Amino acid sequence: MRPATKASLFSVIKVLRASCRYNVGCTYGSGFSAGHRSFSSPPASPTKVCVVGGGPAGFYTAQSLLKGSPHIQVDIYERLPVPFGLVRFGVAPDHPEVKNVINTFTQTAQHKRCHFLGNVHVGKDITIQELMQAYHAVVLSYGAEGNRTMGVSGEGLPGVYSAKDFVGWYNGLPCNKELQPDLSHETAVILGQGNVALDVARILLSPLDLLKKTDITQNALETLAASKVQRVLMVGRRGPLQVACTIKELREMVNMPYTAPDMLPADFQHVAQALADLPRPRKRLTELIMKTLNEDHRGRQGVKRWGFRFFRSPLEVLPSADGSRASGIRLAVNKLEGVGDAVTAVPTSEVDEIACGMIISSIGYKSLPIDPAVPFDFKRAIVPNNMGRVEETTGLYCSGWVKRGPTGVIATTMNDSFDTARTILQDLESGAINVSVSRPGSSEVVPLLEKRGVRTVSFADWEKINAEETKQGTAVGKPREKLLDVREMLAVAWT
Amino acid sequence: MAQCLCLRSLLTPCGTRSLGMHLRIQSCLDGTKIYKWQHRQVGTCPTLCTDSKSPAASKVTVHFINQDGVRNSVTATEGESLLDVVVNKNLDISGFGACEGTLACSTCHLIFEEDIHERLDPVMDEEVDMLDLAYGLTKTSRLGCQIVVQPWMEGMTVHVPKGIKDQRELAGSKKTQ
Repeated sequence: MRPATKASLFSVIKVLRASCRYNVGCTYGSGFSAGHRSFSSPPASPTKVCVVGGGPAGFYTAQSLLKGSPHIQVDIYERLPVPFGLVRFGVAPDHPEVKNVINTFTQTAQHKRCHFLGNVHVGKDITIQELMQAYHAVVLSYGAEGNRTMGVSGEGLPGVYSAKDFVGWYNGLPCNKELQPDLSHETAVILGQGNVALDVARILLSPLDLLKKTDITQNALETLAASKVQRVLMVGRRGPLQVACTIKELREMVNMPYTAPDMLPADFQHVAQALADLPRPRKRLTELIMKTLNEDHRGRQGVKRWGFRFFRSPLEVLPSADGSRASGIRLAVNKLEGVGDAVTAVPTSEVDEIACGMIISSIGYKSLPIDPAVPFDFKRAIVPNNMGRVEETTGLYCSGWVKRGPTGVIATTMNDSFDTARTILQDLESGAINVSVSRPGSSEVVPLLEKRGVRTVSFADWEKINAEETKQGTAVGKPREKLLDVREMLAVAWT
Repeated sequence: MAQCLCLRSLLTPCGTRSLGMHLRIQSCLDGTKIYKWQHRQVGTCPTLCTDSKSPAASKVTVHFINQDGVRNSVTATEGESLLDVVVNKNLDISGFGACEGTLACSTCHLIFEEDIHERLDPVMDEEVDMLDLAYGLTKTSRLGCQIVVQPWMEGMTVHVPKGIKDQRELAGSKKTQ
């Protein structure tokens, strides 16, 4: 991962323990990975690995592979002209420090044995089978571009959005640029209480002064400046002890200026007595939520409100009188059954309604199948695999959300990607992947794509887009102004 | 008198475009700490800088035990964070310090000896918030980016948690975070 420098003490120890010579000019491939035994003789030609998806999973898998062997070359294919996936399009604009991982990904992309190829739609421009013929191994790291639906009537009404689309909209994902969310109503209801729900609530209620210095899109900034949303409620089917968000994000909401919490004390029966037995993370999180109950904000004027509503599941989105848009949501009232982490929500006969002009469902992203040749578990919405080896398909692997499901933070994906890389390195060593046959890699794929009218975007091309976005951002006091149109990105990339 | 230090980017080549903020720690001689957020300068390579009026910083030996149990002894400089040490000494710990010291991850998680842990500066809420998400958390765990090397730490041993290896055991049980 680091450029050629003097060998660290670790590498000295490892090289002495390993029995073979590596190219010691580069810290990559000096046999650092745990338990890695050396090849007795290097393969005749480079081992070519293809990674499908240029987000955190793709980059961390590539990084780990490059480090694990000096003979591996990695090509990262990405559908958009721009890399970094959800780090660019998912992480909230007011969380710039979370995006520091881009520096690591940039180093990986600039490594001499790594190539980024943007603007390639795998599954449409080229098939997985064609990639498997061109490479020794293919890794699926394409994440989750779909979302779970509530499955209730009225879900298609104007005013109802998936969190995936709403987040994509304020983060400049090209396919969401026309979303035009209607922020003209006082109450917004978010279904879900995870960190994505909190991000959405926070962006809806943040003072403009804070947002305008971030890389949020100009379009979103202008829409939010005209927003009439005064109250955001996050609805969850279980109780306070099952809330899925983490404490950092909750603390940000609690500390948000010009806002006040809006909770129902009745939702918190039995919680106080359960506190003592909770593990520390859950205990601290619950204590923080309960702290908001004890503060009396009822008399405060001119503040926006945010809160949780518990034990509620969506039954129906209620239309306005003229049927033209959503005007409320009908919810089943639940009771909890079971104990511990296995507590489930069971509907009672009671129902509840919240009048609102905007509904955002934040109940989970979802992976989609990429190619008929790849097995797909539709129930769990992942590619079925064993430790990253795709079932029934030698030479095909997966990492990240498409492997484990769409939960977790970047570090979760990082560890998972390192796991998949370790599996691949083991398979290379054991001969499960046959590297005695040389493979052409991108020298076969790129001409094939060109014949199909597809021109790739290199990492250097992305850096032109990056420079343009940064330049436009600096002019308005932002870290960057994202280009929203793929054609515009390509025009800049290929100047 | 404050001794200020800037966290060095994980990238050694200068001139690399950086994004986001880094955490600047001011450690006053009376023991108080001030944590400040600063925009990382584009195109610069933040370097270790010491206030020119401060006394020469001591050298402190620190032993790191990595995930394979291999020990690596390094000479750290008083005032560096342990994340700085890992970066400056090129220690090979996969994925360490992903957020570059901004309290946005838990990948610089380190485990300390009990007697050392007791003497460390009290932990802030923001650090505990991140620690609570760390793999293999123990009673003597801290985030390396928040621990500043002091002379009294001479000879201490810190352990890198076996996070990656544990994950297979936890597969399926850790749904969120």
